[in-house]
Amino acid sequence: MREEAEVLQGVRGLSRRKLRAWVQAGWVLPARGEQGAMYSDIDIARVHLIHHLQADLNIGTEALPVVLSLVDQVYGLRRELRRLARAVEAQPDRVKQAILRANDQG
Amino acid sequence: MNEDPYKVLGLSSDATQDDIQKAYRRLAKKHHPDLNPGDRAAEEKFKQVSAAYDLLGDEEKRRRFDRGEIDSQGAERPRHRYYREYADAAADHPYASRTGFQDFADEDIFAQFFSRGGERFREVRMRGADLRFHLRIDFLDAVRGARRTLTLPDGTSMNLNIPAGVEDGQVLRLRGKGAAGVNGGEPGDALIELEIGTHPFFSREGRDIHLDLPVTLDEAILGGKIEVPTPTGRVTMTVPAGANTGRTLRLRGKGVQGKPKGDELVHLKIVLPERIDPELEAFMRRWREQHRYDPRQAMGAA
Repeated sequence: MREEAEVLQGVRGLSRRKLRAWVQAGWVLPARGEQGAMYSDIDIARVHLIHHLQADLNIGTEALPVVLSLVDQVYGLRRELRRLARAVEAQPDRVKQAILRANDQG
Repeated sequence: MNEDPYKVLGLSSDATQDDIQKAYRRLAKKHHPDLNPGDRAAEEKFKQVSAAYDLLGDEEKRRRFDRGEIDSQGAERPRHRYYREYADAAADHPYASRTGFQDFADEDIFAQFFSRGGERFREVRMRGADLRFHLRIDFLDAVRGARRTLTLPDGTSMNLNIPAGVEDGQVLRLRGKGAAGVNGGEPGDALIELEIGTHPFFSREGRDIHLDLPVTLDEAILGGKIEVPTPTGRVTMTVPAGANTGRTLRLRGKGVQGKPKGDELVHLKIVLPERIDPELEAFMRRWREQHRYDPRQAMGAA
């Protein structure tokens, strides 16, 4: 967990105001500590991602939430797909083969 | 010399390559040591300007600097980890989205597969978001358990019961204390991540507490009852006669509280008096003549 100042230090060209606006918009969800916002590793990685999308890829404020939502959906789908694959993997060979065959035909 | 190279050249970070070259030439001319003989400040300034231009004048280096991959000296900086490394991990995280397959629930098998959230998919009602909090607590509060009142940024407060034996990084979940639900959906939870401080003389390993305890020379040789601090207060402990430095004594149930209770492990450390008085010195001289011993015997001649 890192405080806001540390996060700002690690991202070149990111202002306090901008970061706070992202939090306000719900794009980043830091935990709330008694001293203010506290950022976990995934929060910080997400700040880097948003900064990259804005500063380097020129994605505007209107489009950014759409991009983030799509990114979140893709990762959500990947998680579920992986869970499903693991569930199939745990089946006896006979069942596994039947599922794979059905999947090929589907 | 860790100056921002843009500042050194008097430019903003959106300067063109052309601007950079012009600024460099102007400053280099002004501060060139050969044109300012004897001016140490000019020489230093010239070095800075040259270093800044080495970095920014090279488009590739400049790009890498702007991205934060190298510092103003051109040295590699640790690359931050990409978002996907976290978002793709199996662990739950606050950005996980299930909206990408809500309509899958129309197919019965998917409704069953995703039954964890299956009901949610069919309803417009939505559970409120989980809110995350970060709380630093004292070492002893973590060992003994504590009640704390958490003041939230919006001014409201929340009573928090911290059970004895919580660990650093542990997350407490308060059901229904998160954001309100939508359309009558249940509220989310408050997730409180704990950060546990250190203690000046206790340390913790699992459910046991360790303590280095200084004892006097006479206590170590003759044994006796001494007072020992524990997380739950002072207790009296018997030091056996002849207890050496490094000897560990166990105080059952005096470690981390809660279930099961841990022990406190007391590591004895013999401490000489701050000033060796003539009486002790004279005694040791006499004693040594008859009772020499070699605690380094096992180390051999080396």
